[in-house]
Amino acid sequence: MFFMLLLWAFFSFGIHYFVIDLNTIQFLGFPLGFYMAAQGSLIAFVLMLFWFAYAQDRIDRKYGVAED
Amino acid sequence: MSTPVSDKGSGDFVANLGKIYGFYTGGFFGFVLLLAVLEQVGVPNYIIGYLFVFLTLAVYAFIGIITRTQQVSEYYVAGRRVPAFYNGMATGADWMSAASFVGMAGTLFLLGYDGLAFVLGWTGGYVLVAIFVAPFLRKFGAYTVPDFLSKRFGGNLARFLGVIVLVCCSFTYVTAQIYGTGLIASRFLGMDFTIAVYVGLVGILLCAMLGGMRAVTWTQVAQYIVLIVAYLTPIIILSSQKYGLPIPQLTYGHAIADITAREQEMIAQGLATAAALKPHIQPFLTYDPLNYFGLIFCLMVGTASLPHILMRYFTTPSVREARVSVAWSLFFIFLLYFSAPAYAAFSKLEVYNTVIGRPLGDVRPWLLTYGQLGLIKICGVDAVSIDAIVTACQKIAGHAGVIRLQDFRIDTDVIVLSTPEIAGMPYVIAGLVAAGGLAAALSTADGLLLAIANALSHDVYYKMIDPRAPTTRRLIVARVLLVLVAILAAYTASTRPSDILAMVSWAFSLAAAGLFPALVLGIWWKRANSYGAVAGIITGFGLTLMYLVVTRYFPQFGVEFLGMTSNVNAVTRAPLVDLAKLAADPAVWNVSPVGAAHPLASKVGWFSVNNISSGLFGVPIGFLTIWIVSLLTPAPSQRMYDLLDSIRKPRGVAYLDEKPA
Repeated sequence: MFFMLLLWAFFSFGIHYFVIDLNTIQFLGFPLGFYMAAQGSLIAFVLMLFWFAYAQDRIDRKYGVAED
Repeated sequence: MSTPVSDKGSGDFVANLGKIYGFYTGGFFGFVLLLAVLEQVGVPNYIIGYLFVFLTLAVYAFIGIITRTQQVSEYYVAGRRVPAFYNGMATGADWMSAASFVGMAGTLFLLGYDGLAFVLGWTGGYVLVAIFVAPFLRKFGAYTVPDFLSKRFGGNLARFLGVIVLVCCSFTYVTAQIYGTGLIASRFLGMDFTIAVYVGLVGILLCAMLGGMRAVTWTQVAQYIVLIVAYLTPIIILSSQKYGLPIPQLTYGHAIADITAREQEMIAQGLATAAALKPHIQPFLTYDPLNYFGLIFCLMVGTASLPHILMRYFTTPSVREARVSVAWSLFFIFLLYFSAPAYAAFSKLEVYNTVIGRPLGDVRPWLLTYGQLGLIKICGVDAVSIDAIVTACQKIAGHAGVIRLQDFRIDTDVIVLSTPEIAGMPYVIAGLVAAGGLAAALSTADGLLLAIANALSHDVYYKMIDPRAPTTRRLIVARVLLVLVAILAAYTASTRPSDILAMVSWAFSLAAAGLFPALVLGIWWKRANSYGAVAGIITGFGLTLMYLVVTRYFPQFGVEFLGMTSNVNAVTRAPLVDLAKLAADPAVWNVSPVGAAHPLASKVGWFSVNNISSGLFGVPIGFLTIWIVSLLTPAPSQRMYDLLDSIRKPRGVAYLDEKPA
């Protein structure tokens, strides 16, 4: 869970702090800094949530607290 | 299906969802194609507009009517039977308001990179929802957010404060939705704005009133399908036309490169001054980094505390489904949000290429259509006719008779609605976009009205005024309140309040500061008690509200008594207003002590924080207050400790589940 929060903070704030430097790199024809804010972080959020739902469920099962 | 709906009947309904909505989506495509054919054979535009608006409204109303209900748990939480996938879709529609559908691409158009704060804030918040809040509230088994506050912190004071916060943020929000409906209806149906507002109201009521949460859920799924199709169609067409690939999210990189090239060109040709042009990809031109990240933070935390979103997760069958459902919600929201920057880029390119640099006598007709609604200005006047703009531009010294960037002002709400016309697409696409915008506004309005009415009927009436009220009376009270709140909101919208869009962004800060600390500490910190929560809600919410109201309406008071200073320009760091000079000039300083027109409005504050990010003060203060006050007062009972242990574990019965009466 703390790992999730760390990832969240990174994709929400961390990476955008470096937008000016990242904009000098091109990715799929986009400046990378712009791309991260427009799409990259969003994709990361979606993947994180599906993974979180899956992983948390596995933890629940392991400790026998999952719903039947 | 008849009333009351039998368990078996709705079970069949849930089992056949895939088939029903698949059929519905196919039907919708067929309907769009049919209208396209009608347009080709010469049916006039306004009839196509009417068909789009009324037929989609009729479908929503039909769903609302067949899913009507008389059961309490169906009315408040859709019987807790909504599968994760569909709940995600409904949450997507609930979440994406007129502001997301109509306003977001426009904001990105105007602000470029800085506008992405909205995209980030409104998606990243769901990570917080999934980790901190939704699964635990689902396990708790409350009907409403104030319901949780009351059970967790004991007593009706916490409940009552929760209701106040909820009503404050939801009401401004719902007014903005009805305003959006009015805007779209008046543009596409040619109705008077005030009448259009009430037409929208009828549509909303038909869905929400009869079936409560159950009806709203299934209409929202239908509305999501309409709105996503409507949003993606124009940019897919544009993308294939320009770059030969129908995936706009990939191709708009080229559009951005073209925009950057065109920006240089316009400056070279004297069509734009460096001051008026904000390069699209350059960050921190409107918001400095503090405000940019502050805004992201407030929007995220606000997302995780808006009651109409949280209550959607009360409807899933289990805690596991609630978590999966948050992921699906974000996926469906993401589909629209990662397309919004593409929308902005394509329409910006179209405007730069087809509007800027054009002779005044040769402007495209769509400019005048929106100019007549007061949404496009050229040379400082509404672009109502060619004569009007020619006259206005001639008054500007040295004007060459072509539109320059600094002459052109477009309301951000127009971008999405007008892109099909800007790009010269058939009218049926414009009608489709209007139907989508309407779906977005209606679905959000439904969810918000339900949140308000549920809080008033369940929390205030049932729990605080008359705990022995029989089921039928509770549901009647809920419906009457829903209608009253809706009419009040429609009335407010019909007066065209000028500040309505600013207020929507405020709702996020208010919800964040008022509810987030109490919800998170209530779930995660067992020692948090009633005194702490009450104090935390009051100080967090109060401070944020105070900051908003003072900076917006009483800036002078803020400067004189609260030590506020002028905000600074994001690029040059120079103060926006010279306070010392103004204070010396009584003519300006004392013009009007109150009001949006004050020369200092929204230009003063602490540490140069915009009032849109005011949750930056309220959220930490709320947390701190709960922590300090809780430690100074007695600990909660052992029973509460046990309860909190149990909501961390998905297994077992929900604490508050009520047997259907």
